[in-house]
Amino acid sequence: MAPALTETPLDQTPVYQTPALDQRSKDLRHDCVAAMEGGGRGHLPSALSLMEILRVLYDDVLSFRSDQPDWLERDRCILSKGHGCLGLYAVLADKGYFPKAELLTYCKRDSILGGHPERDKVPGVEASTGALGHGLGIGVGMALAARIQKRDSRVFVVTGDGEINEGSVWESAMCAGKHGLDNLTVLVDYNKLQSYGSTYDVQDLEPLADKWQAFGFAVDSVDGHDVADLQQSLKRLPYTAGKPSVVICHTVKGKGIAHIEHQAGWHHKSKISAEEIDALYKAVEAA
Amino acid sequence: MRRTALDMVYELAKEDDRVVFIGSDLGAGTMDNFREEMPDRFFMEGINEANIIGMAAGMAMDGLIPFVNTIATFLTRRCYEQVAVDLCLHNLPVKLIANGGGMVYAPLGPTHIALEDMAIMRALPNMSVFAPSDKEEMRKLVPATMEVRGPSYIRLAKGGDEVISNDHDGFEIGRAIEYRDGGDVAFITTGILTNRAMAAADELKAEGINVSVLHMHTVKPLDEGAIMKAARRASLVVVAEEHSRIGGLGSAVTDLLAGSFGAGGPQILTLGVPDVFTDKYGSQDDLLEIYGLQPQQLAQSVRDAVSSSSPITAVGG
Repeated sequence: MAPALTETPLDQTPVYQTPALDQRSKDLRHDCVAAMEGGGRGHLPSALSLMEILRVLYDDVLSFRSDQPDWLERDRCILSKGHGCLGLYAVLADKGYFPKAELLTYCKRDSILGGHPERDKVPGVEASTGALGHGLGIGVGMALAARIQKRDSRVFVVTGDGEINEGSVWESAMCAGKHGLDNLTVLVDYNKLQSYGSTYDVQDLEPLADKWQAFGFAVDSVDGHDVADLQQSLKRLPYTAGKPSVVICHTVKGKGIAHIEHQAGWHHKSKISAEEIDALYKAVEAA
Repeated sequence: MRRTALDMVYELAKEDDRVVFIGSDLGAGTMDNFREEMPDRFFMEGINEANIIGMAAGMAMDGLIPFVNTIATFLTRRCYEQVAVDLCLHNLPVKLIANGGGMVYAPLGPTHIALEDMAIMRALPNMSVFAPSDKEEMRKLVPATMEVRGPSYIRLAKGGDEVISNDHDGFEIGRAIEYRDGGDVAFITTGILTNRAMAAADELKAEGINVSVLHMHTVKPLDEGAIMKAARRASLVVVAEEHSRIGGLGSAVTDLLAGSFGAGGPQILTLGVPDVFTDKYGSQDDLLEIYGLQPQQLAQSVRDAVSSSSPITAVGG
């Protein structure tokens, strides 16, 4: 008989007093749902868990010009877990990289917004991702390019937790440590659920902070839905001069829509009904 | 040939500060001159091909031109998804220099023998594929790849290969070179099989069989015009390559001719390695002989095909 799967991975998550989502966080979630309504599908919970991570990066941390996406001096943000792109699209539209109306075209035939983000199509998308485990290698290359070209640009790579099962992530982590890339920061969206189920069951990552430290990173852990916590942590970057940084962001898959939180079955939804969309909007407002 | 390729990268780097070199745990002393003179653009990374391809992609996205060098099988098989997504999907000017294309590493066995490398690289959109014949052609190829917008796969031979290229014929990416002209039989070859085919052509000429030799240093994009020109005047087209008969130059030529001639075209013979992993060691020449790719064997394959009365299309030798 197969062993029972962990029903709730929360028992191994630090206890945070996460403040209630403010209106900005609700608005961004509303836009994610709008895109999902337009496309009739999407990885919504994976986007909601990283919503505050991207919000804080784009509101408070990154240096960028949305009217000049290829501005050489900009900071780079790579969404390595490309399936979280609904969240990225909501933030990029909010920042004016493209009109918000574009969100409603998500996954339609001629849309620029696919089910995974593409660099050549979407202004503000730094790398085409979707195949997991690619973003950190690209980020290492960008961080080295900034060093070679004597630019102050910083590089931020947002990964999933399931994503870092990939060996390529650890190849690149080792390389970032070797080169002491303190202009590189990894943010792990640690929502504890991958496609099949709990990360503790499918492929346990613990002790996660120790792993990153062993690979040469300076580590911080935050409540990934607490805007102030994220802001304070990211203000301290780099945590240690001469070392890359990693922020382990403890998050909730589906955060802000109560009936899909922690639900592995919601990882990817297609053929979503009007009633389901309506319930998602209502849940966002009630959050 | 490898030394020439790396020397050219060094020369390019001295002239152009966008050029970066990335190696994956290469032999001690490799590119010491580059490391000493341009240390900020020299990267000798560990044995982590997925990482170095991503790293090269990130650098190229920000305007650098990375040359990545390691053994062909590791540069193609190990990190195929990184090559496909990071390099080809983004269409980045990263140059892959692949040591030991074909059966160069014969004594090291199938883990190091690259017989499907051109097939899998050729299948990727935006990728260019090159297999020069000798070090002098390599000397012209490497700088020419600076003008290639997307990624390039450069297949190295063993080194010390007979020099058959010359200044007279010039060099242009995507333009095949005809080393022997005329005749009812046309060899179409790439890499070091060109010199074998030329020797075979000389042997056949002495018997009154005139054989042209068309050298494809660029396997992709394919010089379709040159192939069609050779095929139109031939009754037998023989493609010979140090590669699996699946997916390499033989497949590319067969696809082109089958689509162009229909039933009225020349007979096509594709010579290469059958659908097997090598099971012998020895030298590259030993393995070429096992698979019938040495000059006398190529000549005999032509004799057999010419004397055969049965209509044969796209058969293996």
